[in-house]
This record gives sequence, structure tokens and C-alpha cells, in this order.
Amino acid sequence: MKPAPFVLHSPKTVSEAVAHLADIGEDGLVLAGGQSLVPMMALRVAYPSDLVDINGIEELQNISVENEELAIGATVRHARFYDPVEPGPLGRLLTSIVHHIAHHPIRERGTFCGSLAHADPASEWCLVAATLGAKLVLVSQTGERIVEAGEFIDGAMSTTREPTELLAQARLPLLAPSARAGFYEFNRRAGDFALGMALAAYDDDDGLMRNVRVGLGGIEDRAARNSAAEAVLEGQRPTQSLFADAGRAAAESVDPMEDATTSAEYRRDLTAVCVERALAAAAASSSAQTSR
Amino acid sequence: MRNEKATFGQSVRRVEDRALLTGKGRYLDDLQPPGCLSVAFARSPYAHASFTTIDKDAALAMPGVIAVMSHADLAPHLRNDRLVVGLPSAAITLKVDRPVLAIDEVVHVGEPVALVIAENRAAAEDAAEALDIDYEPLDVVSDCRAALEPDSPTVHQSHDHNCLASFGFSFGDVDQAFADAAHIVRRSFDVHRGAAMSLEGRGVLAVPPDLDGVLSVWSSTQTPQALKTQLCQMLGLDPLGIKVRTPDLGGGFGPKLVTYPEEIATTAAALKIGRPLKWVEDRREHFVATAQERDQLWDMEMALEADGRIRGLRGALIHDHGAYTARGLNIPYGSAVTVPLPYNINAYKLDVQVVLTNKVPVAPLRGAGQPQAAFVMERMLDAAAETIGMDRSEIRALNLVRADQMPCVKPLKLRGGTNITLDSGDYPATQALALDKAGWQEFPARQKAALAEGRYLGIGLANYVEGTGRGPYETVSVEVQRTGRILVTTGAAAMGQGTETMLAQIVAEQLGGDMANITVRTGDTTGSLGFGGFNSRQTVVAGASAHQAACTVREKLLAVAADLLEADAADLEIVDNTVALKGVRGRHLPFADLAGAALGLPGFKLPGIKQPGLLSSDQVVIDDMTYSNGTAVAEVEVDPRTGQVCLLNFVLAHDCGRMVNPKLVDGQILGGIAHGIGNALYEQMVFDEDGQPLTTTLADYLLVSAAEMPQIHIVHTESPSPLNALGVKGVGESGVIPTAPAIASAVENALAPFGVSITSAPLSPQTVRRAVRQAGGAA
Repeated sequence: MKPAPFVLHSPKTVSEAVAHLADIGEDGLVLAGGQSLVPMMALRVAYPSDLVDINGIEELQNISVENEELAIGATVRHARFYDPVEPGPLGRLLTSIVHHIAHHPIRERGTFCGSLAHADPASEWCLVAATLGAKLVLVSQTGERIVEAGEFIDGAMSTTREPTELLAQARLPLLAPSARAGFYEFNRRAGDFALGMALAAYDDDDGLMRNVRVGLGGIEDRAARNSAAEAVLEGQRPTQSLFADAGRAAAESVDPMEDATTSAEYRRDLTAVCVERALAAAAASSSAQTSR
Repeated sequence: MRNEKATFGQSVRRVEDRALLTGKGRYLDDLQPPGCLSVAFARSPYAHASFTTIDKDAALAMPGVIAVMSHADLAPHLRNDRLVVGLPSAAITLKVDRPVLAIDEVVHVGEPVALVIAENRAAAEDAAEALDIDYEPLDVVSDCRAALEPDSPTVHQSHDHNCLASFGFSFGDVDQAFADAAHIVRRSFDVHRGAAMSLEGRGVLAVPPDLDGVLSVWSSTQTPQALKTQLCQMLGLDPLGIKVRTPDLGGGFGPKLVTYPEEIATTAAALKIGRPLKWVEDRREHFVATAQERDQLWDMEMALEADGRIRGLRGALIHDHGAYTARGLNIPYGSAVTVPLPYNINAYKLDVQVVLTNKVPVAPLRGAGQPQAAFVMERMLDAAAETIGMDRSEIRALNLVRADQMPCVKPLKLRGGTNITLDSGDYPATQALALDKAGWQEFPARQKAALAEGRYLGIGLANYVEGTGRGPYETVSVEVQRTGRILVTTGAAAMGQGTETMLAQIVAEQLGGDMANITVRTGDTTGSLGFGGFNSRQTVVAGASAHQAACTVREKLLAVAADLLEADAADLEIVDNTVALKGVRGRHLPFADLAGAALGLPGFKLPGIKQPGLLSSDQVVIDDMTYSNGTAVAEVEVDPRTGQVCLLNFVLAHDCGRMVNPKLVDGQILGGIAHGIGNALYEQMVFDEDGQPLTTTLADYLLVSAAEMPQIHIVHTESPSPLNALGVKGVGESGVIPTAPAIASAVENALAPFGVSITSAPLSPQTVRRAVRQAGGAA
């Protein structure tokens, strides 16, 4: 379990980093936290010819709120979210989700943007990005482009990032002060990849659910919003039986993955539970006025 | 009044821990002799394939690569192409010994095909990957039931079927027992165990003879003596020309009791190139090349009286043996004899088929077939209780072997031909202790209250009897050295279970109680005949030898002191590493002086002793095994929507005879229970139909972590074994045996509102959810 030989580059700026990526071309990879990439190299599943280590680039370590968006730099670690990174519902939601990501040592090293670039179907951050409509900033030598998370994630472990591009920043729109958001994840052991998870958010409009977003992760080959569940909920009053209806609608609409130990049938079944429980968590979540 | 300090039976601290906890342990990979090269193995990517050529050119041209060796390169240096290590049995009809390196056919993924030597492990792995081997894939046998079909492909091209052995056990009139039965219960079970997953994998270091002309081999093995014997036979070495030692071991749990091809190949290669070579198994290799226990398929029937007494038990067992014989028939044999042990059963018949598959060989893990047997027997009793309408604890109490039957001779024999005699214990009383501790009587109220909140609680129990202390002996030598320090040397192997502490306690008990004055050397193969660590045997067999040797040394110490002090030995005692005249201040002699005197002086008579030196080397021979017993009770909450099982509470009441160190017993039991929880709920080695292992990382093969461990309560009782002077029994496997059936029983109980029947292990959420859905609880 030793990686095959590779060349390591340690740029100090984004422009140096993208210059390396342009030189290397197809076989290079970006090293951020390395919590997925390094084991994959040790298992000789990944064979990058070159690694561009971005951990030394100071400008990528920032997290800030600008224009109603939370801007997360490429090397912001999971552990940064242990305490709310902003005072609103989004900050609280991210804090509740981060504890589901692997284990403490991994959270100290792995990064938010790295999870997006890796695009594991069971990544919590991919679910957040896809459900809440994150915008992703891709930088290359030829300039910068901004891609919606739903366009960026292109399947299991697959994105629309070009090999010459660096995912430099993710921008998450803040949730409205009246927003309620809830998350539910099912896995076999603490810290395991989710067998299924759901994220639900809606604005509380005088007792009616508006701007409903329901996303699923770990079920299909990518984290994505589920329009069938959203259609059941939009404009309705939140009730347990409606949540169950939404769960059933989601379960009927998904195209679940199958792997060595988990069948598609089980994941479909789990979809309903995840949606129902995420919605219940959202309904039970505190609104912006009450402190956590 | 006794002034000597007691150590036996005390929860003293482990003598091993300071070094291990401060980073001063010496594990295999810590040993780095000058000039040592790294070894990696090229392993078969196919479950079954033939090959003719290994093209090494690209690999040999890579930087840092020293040599590549195939079977053809090593064969001239080996007396035998294959490693013959199976325990003998007349029932074995197919000879399938492992080659040191594959010759022209590979029969499981991970089988070693070539050995690569390089300056470091990374370079060796690069080169192993660069070998060009012309594999021709062959048909694969991946399922042990399908393997028995007449048209099944065969695991080995040279054989025309896959049934390695068929044998059976039978006593009493089984047909009559079923003919007159008030109730007959039938169930089929699929019981799986996976890997042992020691923290430290296997590893071997071979250093060619230097100044002393002796080949030195270190291996992370449970059985250094067996390795030495194999190396001598395979490499044609004189036993005086080789020294085999074990460094600190990061766990064994069974698979390290087998001698492996990598140990032979690495040593042969080191001799061939004349350089020290080290191979350290990585985690992926542990998944594909280290023995596992895997699948047993059982079809069982139990006949009962109307009142719940068992009349008879019969059935069939299909056991997955893997592709080669790495140990023999001991697992299915152990399973078959263990099924009826705790209970009074007058008629029993079991037909066993041991079947080859294109998977890594099967050899014992902690429990060695006994956990599967307990799963089957305890599940059958739950089924019977349900059929008859009895409480699950009552049907067991009714049928358990009673204290007044001890010693209880069972109509079964061990594989070596000795009788199975349950030697001591009060099984019904132990069960009662467990039930009491777990609040069994009050549970229905808890269950009802939870159900009112929509929560599904369940409780379950399982009994076990564990055969421990496999004989015939283990050597232990005790010596008071010229410095006054006591040296204990043994071939017994320490895998982390506290063997050194245990031996030091037993020896210190006779020699004054100062454990700090004792050095224990385990895994010695120079002076010690013996076998090593497995089958919960060290405390029983090595403990007995240590006790006898220590008693002899005590007598000699006192005899020398009596002579020098001109006193009667009966008036002496051992205090603070001196022998002192009781009640007389200042009349004492330190161990060092006594040891010096005991060596004698030219021309003088030995002081009070007939043989020189304060030493004794003993091998107490114990043929019969001694049987520990106990009862586990598990309380669980099951989420019928997801199938998730959450353990709320776990109780184990047990009896392992007199305890040398209750704290060490706790440690053994907790580890066993953790392994049992893995077998109940998590650990599954999955293969696809092409024999490809699919769970080869610790992200896919789920081990129990701290977060999954419930509250555990251990209740100790002690029924001394009459079979050894110390009254001890083994406990290393106790925790693992009843855990899975207790949890299965609890899950079934929790899901009783849905009418779910649990017949397999491990239970994944998917399995549980499917059972709920099939039972009509699609909620």
C-alpha cells in the first residue's frame, strides 16, 4: 500500500498552481486535504503523475460572507464548521452536518471544496452544495468561470472540472432568516459513508412552506435535489403525514445505486425515511430569532 | 500467618504495558538490521487462473529493484514445493496444500505468485505491479453450496470435485427421538465470520547466518515452534542452524497460528541472495492472503418433549474451507462437537461436508467454529421456545447440564481421540446470574413502555461452553539467576493477551510476590518444546508448567537457604527477594547469594540440593480440555424503518475457573464481545461470483469501533477445574462465542410484533429491513 511514483509541486499562489496544472495536463491532480486522494493512491486506485499541493496558498484558506453568500476557500477544513461560520440558519445547519463527516482527525485535514471536487455520491458537502445551489469558482490560466453545483457534479466521482482548472472557492447562498433546515443521515457506524441522507430547507411563510429544497445524498450516483418531494411540499403546511408523502414521492422517483453490500431496493426504501426525518428535523429546527 | 505477598488472583497491572504504551515496543517492522531489503509479493488478481510465464524484464529494470523470484527460482532451494501443515485426518480425501509460490495455477485472489526484492517497499510494489504474467482465467467456485453440485467447476484443475471431506457425529437413537417427539422445530442458518483483523498484520524478517552461523528469523506468529519446524523441513536446515523468535505482537486472534507461504519464501530468498529480507503484510494483503473463517450453512431439526426437554437434534453442515488446507478440519469439527455441549441431549446426528472454494484458505479465528455452533444451538432453542410457548430462559434452564452432573462425560471425542468431559461449573446458576444482572424479569415492562412510544426494544440470551487449554503441554523454565533476578522462559507465545503478566503472577506467587524481579521471555524456540498461542490454552498449559517449575525452584531455594542458615526449611519464608527465618530479624539471605551457592564450588558439596542451580524446566502434560461456560444477555433497540440495531446493554456472566488476574479476564472478555458484536452486526467478507473479494478496506469491512460498543457488565464466578493444580480454565474466546446468538435473539424479540425470524449472521440493516418487509411490516 505505497503509492506509485509521482511528482509533487508546492505552489504559493493560485496563479502558480494553475500554471502547474496547465503544464501537467490530463494526469495531474490537486492535493488539498488528501483524505480521499492519498488513500486512493496508496491503494493504487489513483495514479496521478503529478500532485499540485495547494495547502501552502494563503488566499485559499479564507472563509467570509460577501453579497449574501458564504465564500469558502479551497483549503478551508471541515473542522472550521464546528462552530457556526455565520450567525444565521446556514451557519447552524453546517455545524449540525459537519459532525457526520468521518472522524475528528479527518475533519481537521479534509476540505469542503476537496469534497466537492472528489464528488463522492455520499459526500455531505456535495449534498449541501447541490441542495442549496452553491456556485463554484473554477480558475485556470485562461481565466475564471462560475458553475452551479448541479452542473459541476457529473456523476459518481466525476465533475465537469477541466484538468487544468482549480476549484478555488465555493459560494453558498445564505439561508433566509425565516428558513428552517434539517438533515438526516443513515449509516451503519459513526463516521461511515452514508447509505442514505437527506437535506431539507424551506422558508417559513406564516406557517406555509415556501422555497422548498429537498436534496438526497448517498442514494443516487450523485447528490441532487429531488423535485418530486419538493412538489409535494411547496406551499403546504408542514405535517408529519405530508412529510411521509414527500418521502414516498422521493422514493418512487429515485434511481438508486447498488454496491457490494447494499441493494438498490434497500436504498429506495431508505430514501423515504431520510426525507421524512430530514423534514421533521427542519420543522423542529430553531428559526433565526431563537439562539441555538 | 503468611508474610509472602499474594499475586495469583490479583488484578495486578500488566507487566507488558509500560514498554508498549511508551513507544518502546518492538514489533516486527521495528526491527531493521543493517542492509535489510524489502519484499513485496505479486499476488493473483484472479480467483482461478492458469499461467505459464512470468516476464520479469520490466520489473528488473526499475530503480531500486534487486531481484524477482518465482516458484522456478526458489524451487532448487526448497525440499518441497508445498507447505504441508494440515492437522492429520482420515476424512480428508483431497490433498490441497499451499505452494510456497504459485507453480502454474492460482486458486484464490491474493495467492502469492512472485517475490520482489527492492531497496524499499514502494520500489518493490512498483516492480510487483510491473510483472507481466500470462494468466488464463478459469471457471470459479465462489459459493460453497453450489460447489457441491455435480456439474460445478472445480477449485483445482487437478481434482474432479470440491468436497474435501465428509464426516459426521452420531450418538443415541436419533430416529426414535424424532419419531416420538411432541414438537419438531426446523431451521436453516447461514452463519458467516470474516477476518480476524489484528492491528498488526503478519510479517517476517530473515537474516542470513553471520558470525554465529545461525539463520535468524523473526515472525509475527502465534506459533514460532511450528514455523521453526517448517523452515527446517522446507529448507533442509539443522535445528541448531536456525533461531526463530517472535517480537512483540500486535494481536493474533487465530490466523497467525498458521505457518504461511510468505514466511518460507522470504526466508528462502534471504538465504539465496545472502541479505536480510523483511516482508511486512499491509492491510490489503491481510484481506486477501490471511486466513479467514467465512461461511457455514446449517440445516437443523430439533425434537422435543411436550414440556420442552430436548429429545434429539440432527442436521447437516456445509463448511467453506477455502482453496487450500491451511490447518485442517478443526473448525467444522469444533463446530459439530460444540453444538450439543451445554445441554443434556441424548441423541445427536450431524453430517458435515467440508467444501473447497476459490477463496483465501479458512483457518481458525477467535472461537474457531464454536461461535457458529452456539449461534445454531441457541437459535434452535429460541425457535423451540416459541413453538412450545415457553420463556426462552426456562427452556434453557430445563435442558442445561446441571452442577450435580459434573464431571459430565459427553458421548463425543476431541479430534485427538480424548473424551469430552465437562469438568466443572454450575451452568444453570451462571444463567440465573446473567438474567438477574440484565433485568430479564422486568424487561417486558420496559419493552411495553418503549413500544407505546413507537420504539422496538428486544432482549435475548445465549449460553456457551468453551473448550479451552488444548494440550498436551507447553514448556516453562524458571530460574533464579546469579544476579538474584528470576528468569521465566517459555515457548508460549504472547499476542497481547497478557501472557507475560500471567506467568509472572503464577511464578511470583511461589517466589515471594515481587513481580518486578521477574523477567518473562515468551515465544522461545531454542530450549522449549511446545506449540504456541491458540485455543485459549496458555494460562492452562503454560500456567500449569510455570506453577510446577516455580514450586520446584521454591523448594530448591528453601533447601539451599536451610543449609546455609542451618535451619529447617519449614521455618523459612520468602520475603523481599530473600529467604528469611520466620520471626527472626536479620537472619536472611538474598536470592543472589543463594543462586551463587546453588551453582556450587569446585570440590565442595552442593548446599542442600542434589542438582545444581536454582532452576527447573517443566512440561506438565494435560490431555483433557477444560471447559469454561457462561451466559450472555443482550438488550437492543431496532429501528424497523432502517433496520438499524442499536445495542443498549450487554451482560456476560461466566465461569473460567480460578482467575489468575480478573482484570486480564475482563480484557479478554471485552475484546471477545467486540469481535462477537462484529460477527453479529458488522463484519462481512463479501465476494462476487467471480471470487473477487469486494470488502478489502476498513471502509468496506466494518469493524466495531468504540462508538458501537454498548455498556457491558461482566459477572465472574469461579468453579475451579479439577484438571490442573491451579484450577484455571481458558477465557480468550469466551466473549465471542455467545454474543452473536444473544444479539440475534434480542433482535428477533424486538421485532416480534412483525413476526420476524433471524437465521443469519451478520445482520446488516438491509437484512433486518428485508425481514421486516417480508413479514409484512412495510411501514
